[in-house]
Amino acid sequence: MSLTLLTLLQQFVLLLAALALFLSFVLLSQTRLIAAIRVFAWQGALVAAVTLTVALAGHAHHLYFSAALTLGLKAMLIPAMLHRMTRRLGLERQSETLSRPALVIMAAVVLVIFSYWVVEPMVANGLAFTRNIIAVSLAVVLIGLLMMVFRQQAVAQVLGFMSMENGLFLAAVSATAGMPLVVELGVAFDVLVAMVLFGVFFFQIRESIDSLDVDRLNRLTETEEGR
Amino acid sequence: MSAWLVALLQALLYPALAPLLVGWVRKVKARLQNRRGASVFQPYADLRKLLVKETRVAHTASELFRVAPYIVFVATWLAAATVPLVALDLPIAAVADIIVLVGLLALARFFLALAGMDAGTAFGGMGASREMLVSALAEPAMLMAVFTLAMTAHSTSLQSVMAHHLADGFLLRPSYLFAFGALVLVALAECGRIPVDNPSTHLELTMVHEAMLLEYSGRHLALMEWAAQIKLLLYGVLIVNVFFPWGVGASFGALALGSGLAVVLLKLLVLGALLAAGETVLAKMRLFRVPGFLNLALLLALLGLLSHVILEVGA
Repeated sequence: MSLTLLTLLQQFVLLLAALALFLSFVLLSQTRLIAAIRVFAWQGALVAAVTLTVALAGHAHHLYFSAALTLGLKAMLIPAMLHRMTRRLGLERQSETLSRPALVIMAAVVLVIFSYWVVEPMVANGLAFTRNIIAVSLAVVLIGLLMMVFRQQAVAQVLGFMSMENGLFLAAVSATAGMPLVVELGVAFDVLVAMVLFGVFFFQIRESIDSLDVDRLNRLTETEEGR
Repeated sequence: MSAWLVALLQALLYPALAPLLVGWVRKVKARLQNRRGASVFQPYADLRKLLVKETRVAHTASELFRVAPYIVFVATWLAAATVPLVALDLPIAAVADIIVLVGLLALARFFLALAGMDAGTAFGGMGASREMLVSALAEPAMLMAVFTLAMTAHSTSLQSVMAHHLADGFLLRPSYLFAFGALVLVALAECGRIPVDNPSTHLELTMVHEAMLLEYSGRHLALMEWAAQIKLLLYGVLIVNVFFPWGVGASFGALALGSGLAVVLLKLLVLGALLAAGETVLAKMRLFRVPGFLNLALLLALLGLLSHVILEVGA
């Protein structure tokens, strides 16, 4: 597929998707929590912009609502909640030290190539535009997963989880021209409930181990108790 | 006009215009800092002053110290001559492509670093080692960004890249956006501009480029500074002409060349003002954070390549 065959709006969707992928990389290597939350908010705004562009291109009216919902929830409400939580936990100035950051970035690059390789034979050639967007979305999902695996800080892991959700939403919007409104409302509500639960968990974890470094959960064994 | 004559004219324009760009950046920066600043033609006066002054050479220095300014100047100038400034379809494109350009710049940098170490002062050696650290990280990013462009145009010649971009018309290319970001970061690092090095310091422990020139005086210093100014102009022209090639002269008529020159000067004025604004807002970063900065450039270039393959070709 050549870029010249696409309409300007489709090119714009590709551009926004590529930027969302770039923000995933930034999120992965950002050590300061407040800055990472801000990056996450921008990624949510990009996904909302993709939804809006798809709505404009396809004249799908319910997607306008969905774009507004995404913008309000992912770019404003959830980042604001996370921001408030980090302030209440006293973590604004904390910056995590990453072990081997360059290696993790390389792993993320490999994940991008892998997701393209996986998606390539899946979709018929006529749908090249959809397939390319799905490859990028899958890469965003996998990088979110990588972030959950390699970060030790609980708040950063939640950011990874939320950016995975961003990737899924990107795939859903661009590949299927939007899900039914009921499904979207349900997903949005789920994400919100998950966010509230994560908040409760943060405070629980901190109560029990005095830190949000989840690696220290390994030490809560019976043997240490007995000594 | 014959093609070679235009190529020669364009090659002469580079050293003639380079001090003007530096003067313009300094002027805008001064205005942004509420100073009046020197005239935009001040760098010409500085170069003239250095050229007529007596040249002194440290008695510990070898022959290399004397020839290095000439090699650095000529290599940078030749590299600049391969970048289309006012017109496309120059015969020099058949001689040199982007890889030759990067190679010539590397040659200039190699002799600059050698000359820095030659006099045997502590500052020179320190500056040379820092310069090599920066360039070792910047060069892969630069090559990767350039390859992104080359893959789009199926050619490593700068003119074909520009011609391809012009022929395509207006397209939103994610890969160009990433390559643009990478090239801007590399240009800032290579030209010693603010987040990496401060061009207006001469007596600071943190200096990189100036530390290598401390032992130079007279016409040697003039050539070295002129070469640095040409390098800044080269990167500026590379960025504006590759990513925004509209307005470049398509034929060798006087009208096309004149309008091409006017348009490129306008684009460079805007770029210089943006550079000055960026330098006013940002602070110089610690040397040990420079690798992180250049890793970002490499990542951007890599994403440019990947997004070209995934989003733009994708069979």
